Amino acid sequence: MLEIAAFSLLNGVVYGLMLFMLSSGLTLIFSLMGVLNFAHASFFMLGAYFSFQLGRWIGFWPALVLAPLACAVVGALVERFGLRRVHGQGHVAEILFTFGLSYVIGELVIMAWGRGPIENRVPAAIDFPLFTLMGTNYPFYKAMMMAISVGMFAFLWVAFRRTRVGLVIQAALTHPRMVGALGHDVPRLFVLVFAVGSGLAGLAGVIGGFALLTEPNMAVALGPIVFVVVVVGGLGSIPGAFIASMAIGIVQTFAVALDYSLADAFRAAGIAVAPGSALRELYAIKIAQAAPIIPYFLLVLMLIVRPRGIMGTRDQ
Amino acid sequence: MRTIPCLTSLAVAMLLNCGTAAADLKIAYIDPLSGGAASAGVNSQKHVQFYADKINAAGGLNGEKIEVLSYDNKVNPQESLIMLKKAIDEGARIVIQGNGSAVAHAITDAVLKHNERNPGKEVLYFNYAAIDPALTNEKCHFWHFRFDADVDMKMAALTDAIAQDPKIRKVYLINQDYSFGKAVSAAAKSMLKAKRPDIEIVGDELHPLQKVQDFSPYVAKIKASGADTVITGNWSNDMLLLFKAGKDAGLKVNWYTYYGGGLGSVPAIGKDGVGMLKQVTEYHNNALPQPDPDEVAFKKRYTGTADEFYYWRLKNTFAMLVAAAAKAKSNDPVKLARALEGMKLDTPTGPIEMRADNHQLLQPLFVSTLSDKAKHGIEGTNLGFVTDRKIDAAQTALPTTCKMQRPG
Amino acid sequence: MSRAGRRLAVCAALLAALPWVPGLDGGFARSLLTQMGIAAIFAISYNLLLGQTGLLSFGHAVYFGLGGYAAIHLLRAVNAGLPLPLPLVPLAGLAAGLVAGIAIGAVATRRAGTIFALITLGVGELVHAASLMLPAFFGGEEGVTASRTRAPHLFGLDFGSQVQVYYVVAFWLVAAALAALAFMRTPVGRMCNAVRDNPERAEFIGYNPQRIRFIACSVAAALAGLAGGLHAINYEIVTSEAVGAARSGEVLLMVYIGGVHHFAGAILGAVAITWLQVSLSDYTSAWLLYLGLFFMAIILYAPGGLAGILARHAAIVRARAAGPVMLAYAFALPAALLMIAGSATLIEIAYRLSTRPEAGARMRLFWIPMNAATPWPWIGAALVALAGYLLLKRAAPRVRAAWDLASPAEAVRG
Repeated sequence: MLEIAAFSLLNGVVYGLMLFMLSSGLTLIFSLMGVLNFAHASFFMLGAYFSFQLGRWIGFWPALVLAPLACAVVGALVERFGLRRVHGQGHVAEILFTFGLSYVIGELVIMAWGRGPIENRVPAAIDFPLFTLMGTNYPFYKAMMMAISVGMFAFLWVAFRRTRVGLVIQAALTHPRMVGALGHDVPRLFVLVFAVGSGLAGLAGVIGGFALLTEPNMAVALGPIVFVVVVVGGLGSIPGAFIASMAIGIVQTFAVALDYSLADAFRAAGIAVAPGSALRELYAIKIAQAAPIIPYFLLVLMLIVRPRGIMGTRDQ
Repeated sequence: MRTIPCLTSLAVAMLLNCGTAAADLKIAYIDPLSGGAASAGVNSQKHVQFYADKINAAGGLNGEKIEVLSYDNKVNPQESLIMLKKAIDEGARIVIQGNGSAVAHAITDAVLKHNERNPGKEVLYFNYAAIDPALTNEKCHFWHFRFDADVDMKMAALTDAIAQDPKIRKVYLINQDYSFGKAVSAAAKSMLKAKRPDIEIVGDELHPLQKVQDFSPYVAKIKASGADTVITGNWSNDMLLLFKAGKDAGLKVNWYTYYGGGLGSVPAIGKDGVGMLKQVTEYHNNALPQPDPDEVAFKKRYTGTADEFYYWRLKNTFAMLVAAAAKAKSNDPVKLARALEGMKLDTPTGPIEMRADNHQLLQPLFVSTLSDKAKHGIEGTNLGFVTDRKIDAAQTALPTTCKMQRPG
Repeated sequence: MSRAGRRLAVCAALLAALPWVPGLDGGFARSLLTQMGIAAIFAISYNLLLGQTGLLSFGHAVYFGLGGYAAIHLLRAVNAGLPLPLPLVPLAGLAAGLVAGIAIGAVATRRAGTIFALITLGVGELVHAASLMLPAFFGGEEGVTASRTRAPHLFGLDFGSQVQVYYVVAFWLVAAALAALAFMRTPVGRMCNAVRDNPERAEFIGYNPQRIRFIACSVAAALAGLAGGLHAINYEIVTSEAVGAARSGEVLLMVYIGGVHHFAGAILGAVAITWLQVSLSDYTSAWLLYLGLFFMAIILYAPGGLAGILARHAAIVRARAAGPVMLAYAFALPAALLMIAGSATLIEIAYRLSTRPEAGARMRLFWIPMNAATPWPWIGAALVALAGYLLLKRAAPRVRAAWDLASPAEAVRG
């Protein structure tokens, strides 16, 4: 049991950190521009594919740097030549634009790399067990994922709190007009933030790509979870996104290990369930089986009870 | 404004063309050609086209050429029914489908209803990969023929192999949470109990179908259970990712699988699978002393690394079709179906038989293990499967609950 | 007969005649028409939310699917001997949709805008995941099946043939369209528009926007359930895809592409997208890409959708001011076609190489044979696309000027 707990914790933290890299970018974009970017997970996917392709051409380490940059460039272009044009039509049009964009990116990926999963294997340079705990290996690349995400978080923190641009962005979050009036180019800030957010998603994609499966469906599979994180953490709050990412990562990983159901709980409490009861099937579902729906359950619950999320400062 | 939809509908009329020419024997291939499962669908489509071309080059069936009509169903039961309707309207008399038992249930049901409602315009359904046992038991009917061994037949072969290995003490079952995965789990439990009551089943996991991104938590559970053997019916991404997580954690167990040799899986497990990964199939590329001429021709025509000659059962399917057409001296679906019932053929892997009582093909099965010393590797690796045991067609037969109702 | 009544009669007659029009009288075409009818009801229902009340939902398929499940279970009961004629079975879907709409709407409509969109997204994912976990009701991956012919025969009809099902769908389509139009004419329906445009003002004059949203959501859910019920009797099977995110996205595309501001837009979008889905996928495997690009183009350049485009042109035709616009189009159209042909060629050859390498590099596009393995088709197509783009850029001011002339009051977005 201890073994499962230890490894569930480690796996949960890695998964949580990867979710955080994705959700921090989304949160950044949302807080500045008010746009819920449905295509955010698509940039994650682009990061995975770019690193695969660049890795083939120029090796893994340069790709690790260049792939997120490429994602940032794509993000900047999307903002400048797409999103900006629909900005005047309100949030629904913006959401729909990114929604359509997610379709298009998905299909472009298929166009470039085919429909099946690609062989995006862990590069040999980082594919070795870091340590062996109770007979189970812990791979190095997962530790590297952790290190990169933590480093990213620290970088963001400093950039946000200490640099001039960071301060301007922070000001623009609350008083965009004032910032504009003071002579700062707010539209350019939008491009910058969108690029940084996309780049972060791309970086998550680079390291998430070989930990998961690089295939054209990966954005669809991960997208909704990222929304859950952002909402549960509180729209616009980076620390909130961090807490929510870790919580969801760990809860989801631990849930898999738990083979208990409501029926077991009733039995332990001495409540008998009639064999013909319509809800019997519901009671018999193990927590492990229900693991994938836990995040959505959290999302709906959170939106009903506290729509601003854990750390959010505003409702909308 | 109301005139707009009406006018559009009229415009649609002009865009549609529903020509029906009946010179050829049209075979509808309905499987995923786009979306997540497309790699499997595209690969088997090549097999179907390959055999259709081969038969046409030899003069066709009763003077008719085979024309393959391909339809993309996106592994969606509802989409499949739309495509089925379209195929029937375009004059298809035989429908071939395989990926996904859920789709197969929808198609078999729809074919039965169509044939009941449209006597004289019957279509046949050749199922080459959907192996839920129900399809040839409680849901069997005269128009459905299955050319792949079902879950129970394959599990019988796997558990026979397990029974022979005294080192196996603890078994972990991990399967997808739907009818097929549940059937695998149930079959494993009942057969192990009968054949090796001393084996302990230390885990019986059902995980969501094609939704799990990272199998590490499941692997941690397998590891903690102390299992020495894992039995799984997982396919496609679920197989690949399970292997990947196992490899990362250094999991050393025997894998008894249905689709461990499926596209992408062997590269995912790599060297760790040597001696440990076993599968049950009707063929693998080291099954015969010499590669089958069809395999050679297929590999010559399709040269991608993913273009494995994987669906031997489609060779059997078309061999049966050719023999049935010759026996019936007609390509009429009803006559073909009657000719197929009880049909026996000799093939390179041994004699095969189409059971008359439930329309399940009996063909030899191979239990094989991944090896780095195999003569032929797969998917560009030097790893390939070698046969541990071969089960003759007659030995694979299991009792059926099917009550076949034949027309007129 | 009133003008509205005459229109209704014309439309009903057209719907009745459609399956006998040459070209539409085949089994497949009739099946397609049936599908379009079901999609139209679903889209009308979604338009009540998005178009009329301004609520963006990413989980509308929940009502559709639950309605479908309710209807298929009722149909099973009918198969087992319950004496109920088939055309009434979809009402079970209507009821289930309404119940689900009330239950989900009660919590979801407390918010509008982004939060509403997110709640519906979460509920959609939740219901879809749950549908695979509770096989007793949802039937797991293979779904629930029933037979529509094993039911009491109404006027000697057994509903075995597609055309009979089509008429059931057509009947409910007319009923649903009338219901939706009537709803929009009620005070509550009017208030939906007010809540969409300015919730604060709506509140000011004494209406509770949350209540209005709740009512709109319930009505829309009931109609979506009806569509689901018809889906159940058409396919005689309901699977978990019926509640899935893909279907929710699909109806969003239909309504938006058709045009959110027009009632007919929903129907137009439903017809167009259904046709594209079924037929375009035969011609090209890149159809989803085209659909996505088309959707984005609509958002960028024609927020009114197809119906908006048609309505604007109808307006200038009526005003007899279409001449200069058509002349400008005569310049722009060839350029646009050139650009589209060039880009489509690029997309098609790229798709061929990446998704169907086995089919070989030799292909025929726009009646021109080409070999995608050589650089020439790529360069040629890129040049054609570029030329088209440049010409279009030159033609654009001319079109804009013509539009300004034709309708000086309107900003040009057509």
